[in-house]
Amino acid sequence: MTTQLETFETSLEEVRTGVTRTTPDRFRETLGEIITEPAIGAELPFETVSLEGTNVVLEPTPDQLREAACGVTSAALGVADYGTVVLESTPAGAELTGLFPDQHVVVVREQDLVDDMASAFERMGERFRNGHDDAVLATGPSATADMGELVYGVHGPKETHAIIVEA
Amino acid sequence: MSSERSQKAERIRHIMETEGDSVERNARGFNEGRYESVDRLEDYDAYKDRARAIKEDAIENLPSLIEQVRETVEANGGTVYLADDAADANRYVRELAREREAETVVKSKSMTTEEIDLNEHLETEGCEVWETDLGEFVLQVADEAPSHLVAPAIHQSREEIAHLFNEQFDPAEKLETAEELTAFAREYLGERIQDADIGVTGANFVTADTGTIALVTSEGNARKSIAVPDTHVAVAGVEKIVPTFEDLQPFVELIARSGTGQDITSYVSLFSPPVDTPTVNFDSDEPIDSDASDRDFHLVLLDNGRMDMRDDDQLRETLYCIRCSACANSCANFQSVGGHVFGGETYSGGIATGWEAGVHGQESADEFNDLCTGCSRCVNQCPVKIDIPWINTVVRDRRNRGADDGDLDFLVEGLTPDEEPAGLDLQKRFFGNFETLAKLGSTTAPVSNWFAGTPPSRYLMERVLGIDSRRELPTFERETLVEWFRNRDEPRPVDAEYHAVVYPDLYTNHVRTERGKAAVRTLEALGVAVEVPDVASSGRAPLSQGMIATAEEHAREVRDDLDAHIDAGYDVVVIEPSDLAMFRGEYERLLEEDRYESLAERSYELFEYIFGLFENGASAEALRDAESIGASTDVAYHSHCQQRTLELETYTTTVLERQGFDVLTSDVECCGMAGSFGYKSEYYDLSVDVGERLQAQFEMPDATNRTVVASGTSCLEQLDSMLTRQPRHPITLVDPKR
Repeated sequence: MTTQLETFETSLEEVRTGVTRTTPDRFRETLGEIITEPAIGAELPFETVSLEGTNVVLEPTPDQLREAACGVTSAALGVADYGTVVLESTPAGAELTGLFPDQHVVVVREQDLVDDMASAFERMGERFRNGHDDAVLATGPSATADMGELVYGVHGPKETHAIIVEA
Repeated sequence: MSSERSQKAERIRHIMETEGDSVERNARGFNEGRYESVDRLEDYDAYKDRARAIKEDAIENLPSLIEQVRETVEANGGTVYLADDAADANRYVRELAREREAETVVKSKSMTTEEIDLNEHLETEGCEVWETDLGEFVLQVADEAPSHLVAPAIHQSREEIAHLFNEQFDPAEKLETAEELTAFAREYLGERIQDADIGVTGANFVTADTGTIALVTSEGNARKSIAVPDTHVAVAGVEKIVPTFEDLQPFVELIARSGTGQDITSYVSLFSPPVDTPTVNFDSDEPIDSDASDRDFHLVLLDNGRMDMRDDDQLRETLYCIRCSACANSCANFQSVGGHVFGGETYSGGIATGWEAGVHGQESADEFNDLCTGCSRCVNQCPVKIDIPWINTVVRDRRNRGADDGDLDFLVEGLTPDEEPAGLDLQKRFFGNFETLAKLGSTTAPVSNWFAGTPPSRYLMERVLGIDSRRELPTFERETLVEWFRNRDEPRPVDAEYHAVVYPDLYTNHVRTERGKAAVRTLEALGVAVEVPDVASSGRAPLSQGMIATAEEHAREVRDDLDAHIDAGYDVVVIEPSDLAMFRGEYERLLEEDRYESLAERSYELFEYIFGLFENGASAEALRDAESIGASTDVAYHSHCQQRTLELETYTTTVLERQGFDVLTSDVECCGMAGSFGYKSEYYDLSVDVGERLQAQFEMPDATNRTVVASGTSCLEQLDSMLTRQPRHPITLVDPKR
């Protein structure tokens, strides 16, 4: 029997997204191994893990946004069977952080995983009606086939990596 | 051939030479990807049903949904403008640009803004407009129109794009690889986005209950075009509204799979503007900070003919379209020519006829509408189940009726006892009345065959009717199948459990009588009491020419002719798949409900019927099998396009396999002949190009020594013209008496 977490991990790999499992205790160390500097980030809305005290620059300037090699943000949900993460926009600019740099590192809590799109839409519907009404279902790196062949890394990230914080 | 026809043929040849390879590679790639991706989706059919139901409901309630969107978007802090037409929408966006003193406008991909030519209008206002989707950017640089709904530059190869960019931008180092081209475009457009005053997007969906816009993208340009500038304008057709947020789910499951064959695209943006993300001033040194009130959002809902389409019983379905491109990718003709031939001003592929007729006027579909042969391969691929061939037929019919009076009508007079207006294109009228010709052909055979084949006749046929002289004409049999059946001296089975009419379709009755006789012998050997009554032709021929009134007349005659047999409990066995597709499909639109249902329920494809007899205990021993045939028992089978749409291919392969044959099947969408299409001089080369894909499959090492069988008349003719092997109908393999 494949667990939801394992399905999510397999799906992420299928959509060219790196996967690392970690725990709240090891989070800082794990993050340090994955990010490429200079890194910018939007603070995680989680109690157990934080970007404070890491090499990630919070509240970047436009120049820092433009020059960052990596952006770290949280995901509100992870959809197991698609390897999709739900990225909510924040007034602090999480949308920009996960979009401009070449590498996007997304932090997902195991408890925020759902099995499929139907469950994701149920959860998102609630969130949208409660004011969290701005989200991107992101699946893998940005891509185009418009230049005659498939290329990863167009206007958005070239590389995506998910850090899953176990419950 | 007339000069109009020869010009059209020349243009098609030119596009096939210059764009055909790229289009074919990409469209077939998407098509294969779609088959694989929808196969992985467990509830594919259920999702299609839901998507269809949501769209039906939304279009039904559109006026109140528009009002609801206005309320929710305005409550969120945005503005809604309902634009009557293109000019109205363009004026609104221009005025906005003027107010904002906008110098740079960045756009993400939007077919609706292509429809209204927004870029040109903004440029008149003095704005620099940049397409940030890479495909659209290529078109902007090349000054070309989209050739595909989803991948607008599908006709350009990497080499051509590299050449274009190197010429246009003269970069320090010549660009060559797709990676280099992408990096260049990202850099170049990235600077434009940073400077942008307004971001323009389309919308794949708009939800009425939350005022949410959904955008399905892959490159990230739409996200940036929304996030960076402080003003966002979304231009969307009114038909993009769905009632609730949750209604988005089936579409998210279906849209990418149906389009490019991905399970999902990289990004599905769902946002209820104005968005929370802070705007970025790239000249500032201060941390990026939010003040949501800085943002301005305008939703321009475009009518431009859509509300009239909604009132039009025949065109309404077009509004359910989510512009996924499945109909284009699964279309054999589209795979050869792309949207620059099979497309209008803006839209391309099968559904383009509905869109162009609706938003740009019926006549705008004239140039390309005939490219839909009615093969129906797109029907099952459409995620909202639009009957795309029917829309094409209806528009063709309306255009036939709008045509000017012709002065050569007397040439086909007497051959054309149809219900159509004077002035109908002679070629269409000729093919639409094939029944009359076939009757005359049999009555006067072999003189008719000899006469039709003489050089002066072929010359006239080509010049006046546009019948390509490179095509072999059908040879009419003096004795029709009906006459053969009436004249033969065979005892009828007594106490038969099954009674069936073998439907004498036009070709089986007059041209390929052998397959009809084989069908009769096969069924009788399986214990069926068979009748071959004189029944009218199905109306497929006139329908394919857009002669709906004539087709309806045929449908009534067929139903009347079969009345007594249906009342007496007979089944109707149909050899020609395109006629069965009429009985089960189009007749629903042409006959009263009970007249349609009683025929549709009793109609069977020949091998479907044989399979059913086997399942009910009939002995296969009475039929011939592979062993008794002596020759090669390996067959290569090409099913008919409409037969595959009805999911009836499997019965032929199963029956042949039971009889010991080793069956290899083709997987092309259509043979390219498609009834009369391949006979028409303007489409001859295209028809051959499409057919070559089938030819290539049957000339592969694993197929080259196989006996070739095909179910459709036109498929057999196309195969016959391409292969050195003589193709045959599969029934002749199991026919007990040969």
